[in-house]
Amino acid sequence: MALLIKNARVVNAGGEEKDLQDILLEGGRIARMAPSIEANGAEVIDAAGKKVLPGFIDLHVHLREPGREDKETIESGSRAAVKGGFTSIFCMPNTTPAIDTAQTVQYILDQARKVGLVNVFPVGAITKNRAGVEITEMMDLRRAGCLGVSDDGRGLMNAGLMRRALEYAKMADLLVMQHCEDDNLSAKGVMNEGALSTLLGLKGDPVIAETVIIARDIELARYLHTRVHFMHVSAARSVDLIRRAKAEGIQVSCEATPHHFTLTEEEVRSFDTSTKVNPPLRGREDVLAIKAGLKDGTIDCIATDHAPHTHEDKEVEYDGAPPGLIGLETAFALAFQELVAAGVLTLPQLAGKMSLAPARLMGLANKGELAVGKDADIVILDMEREWQVSKEDTASRSRNSPFIGWNFKGRVSVTICGGKVVYTDARTS
Amino acid sequence: MSEWKHKHLLDLQDTTRGDIELILETARSFKEVSSREIKKVPALRGKTVAMLFAEPSTRTRVSFELAAKRLSADTLTIQAAVSSLAKGETLLDTALNVEAMNVDLVVVRHQASGAPQILANGTKMSVVNAGDGCRSHPTQALLDIFTIHEKLGRTDGVRVAIVGDIMHSRVARSNISGLIKMGASVVVCGPSTLLPVGIEQMGVESTTDITKALKGADVVMALRMQKERQQDSFLPSIAEYVREFCITPERLKLANHKALVMHPGPTNRGIEIAAEVADGPQSVILEQVTNGIAVRMAVLYLLLGRRAE
Repeated sequence: MALLIKNARVVNAGGEEKDLQDILLEGGRIARMAPSIEANGAEVIDAAGKKVLPGFIDLHVHLREPGREDKETIESGSRAAVKGGFTSIFCMPNTTPAIDTAQTVQYILDQARKVGLVNVFPVGAITKNRAGVEITEMMDLRRAGCLGVSDDGRGLMNAGLMRRALEYAKMADLLVMQHCEDDNLSAKGVMNEGALSTLLGLKGDPVIAETVIIARDIELARYLHTRVHFMHVSAARSVDLIRRAKAEGIQVSCEATPHHFTLTEEEVRSFDTSTKVNPPLRGREDVLAIKAGLKDGTIDCIATDHAPHTHEDKEVEYDGAPPGLIGLETAFALAFQELVAAGVLTLPQLAGKMSLAPARLMGLANKGELAVGKDADIVILDMEREWQVSKEDTASRSRNSPFIGWNFKGRVSVTICGGKVVYTDARTS
Repeated sequence: MSEWKHKHLLDLQDTTRGDIELILETARSFKEVSSREIKKVPALRGKTVAMLFAEPSTRTRVSFELAAKRLSADTLTIQAAVSSLAKGETLLDTALNVEAMNVDLVVVRHQASGAPQILANGTKMSVVNAGDGCRSHPTQALLDIFTIHEKLGRTDGVRVAIVGDIMHSRVARSNISGLIKMGASVVVCGPSTLLPVGIEQMGVESTTDITKALKGADVVMALRMQKERQQDSFLPSIAEYVREFCITPERLKLANHKALVMHPGPTNRGIEIAAEVADGPQSVILEQVTNGIAVRMAVLYLLLGRRAE
């Protein structure tokens, strides 16, 4: 059935906010965009007073299925995604089993189709069982539907193996997404290394654990003429290295998370394990550098690293808690508050970071913008809606968020995926 | 003298100089109790103090236990090896079970920094930190400060050299916090790999030069050096540590005449401290142990007794 969005204030990446338009969605595509379109039996959504953006695309999500369905399932993760305005999510392969064969990719795609809320793109592992020893059958993964590979949760420590992975992934047309961590340097650190980790007596994970991998992989990408994508960059120095590499024309890209541009290591003083994340929350200057990197284009996109964990897993000593926090449902609110309201990005630029850039990085030519012929993946935002993050109002199966209790203005009102309404805010009239 | 306002003693970072002075003052009056024929006062009669030890410890646990008993409190001890903690029960769950037995105060020792915070947030009991990870060991620092004050008659302007594995030492961190509040100056000294990043921001001088550290020191505090530091590549060998940093009689001469020699125990004689120094005339190591009981009596009394009155 056709869907007609009336009075849409369309916000596309790069552009200006356009005058009010109607958008007709048919067959999963945007069929027409014009000042006034007759309904002709189409279901109508009135977007008056709201902003209409291309659906958000998240390159970094942990859905936990298969293996840890107590933390999240493809269904609950999909619900969290559409509540956050996401229409495409890339799920990381650190599941049990790992996403390292075409069969596991197929399983996830089948489950996601049954749920039918959001486009799920499984990210394959770079190495078998993410063990860092042998590369996966990347051609097979690609044919099964993967667009990228990663050993997320672990950095690929062996430089020789990384070289082979970059070369092979280029042939398979897969984006290598690096979890930037030298684990000899991070050495089981649980927070950013510095005066505060010394004061709190917590093991430090130094910035160099991230930057030495980034510096190394920049050299590899330069030498091999391949692409490489750096996930969840957290440090000012990382942003500097990537900025210089881009200026030299090396094919590097990167993402940053909302928590890394919002929170600092000061949050750890509470010993609240929802602040334990990998890479760890850093200092004020790092937060500022990430914002600057987003502004000047060094940082291509925003990804959540949505990492659900059960209450039981998190309600332990700081040292023993698994790293990670849930991010899908708060990503837009944080990005709007910290970046748009704070004057770092305009709303169209934010649409670039959350839709167009991730679509382009992954080669999704029909996603990331609102134009005739493109996929009907759309988010409608109510910028006046005030709300508070609460445990009760969480679609994810997990509640590990340091943002519980935060107040925001601006929330997803309606999410449309493939021309179908997949989420409506209960308060939307 | 300031009023005692705290429910817990988790970290000396949270206390004021007035708080520390009140503890020292109270400890002085309790020290006399331990020298009596009948070593008991009824201050905490009817109160129950639980020792929850998730990490092996003999002297700290025994010291707390004696302190509680000399105040007439009932005590119980839960050790990790024999308790539910080993069966996968969480720390908080264990503590809630302890609380359900109407325990008033829990003394906790845990290998994870911040663990006592979990009990303070999750139960209604008073919590005393008896050592958490590398973070804090407030009663050890208080008994050290008590001993320094008793021996030197002051803490203001006293120069304290702390030597050894600063990185992994909660004793060092708590002493730094407390001593600086009490007007002392602190220099930390050890191999460069064991001086943690940003330690200077706690208000101390930091050096790898043992001569520089000991020169002019009124107090020389040696820390326990664990043999595992060699495997973790912090040290090439224990032998080299001994050559460079062991507090020997010769090195002690660099410090002020009659400088106090201290150690939180248990000592590795011949590693961080020479036996002659540990047993020598300047050593107050055993007096630290004696004073530990008085200081812990003061802490328990202030946290429990005052509120009962």
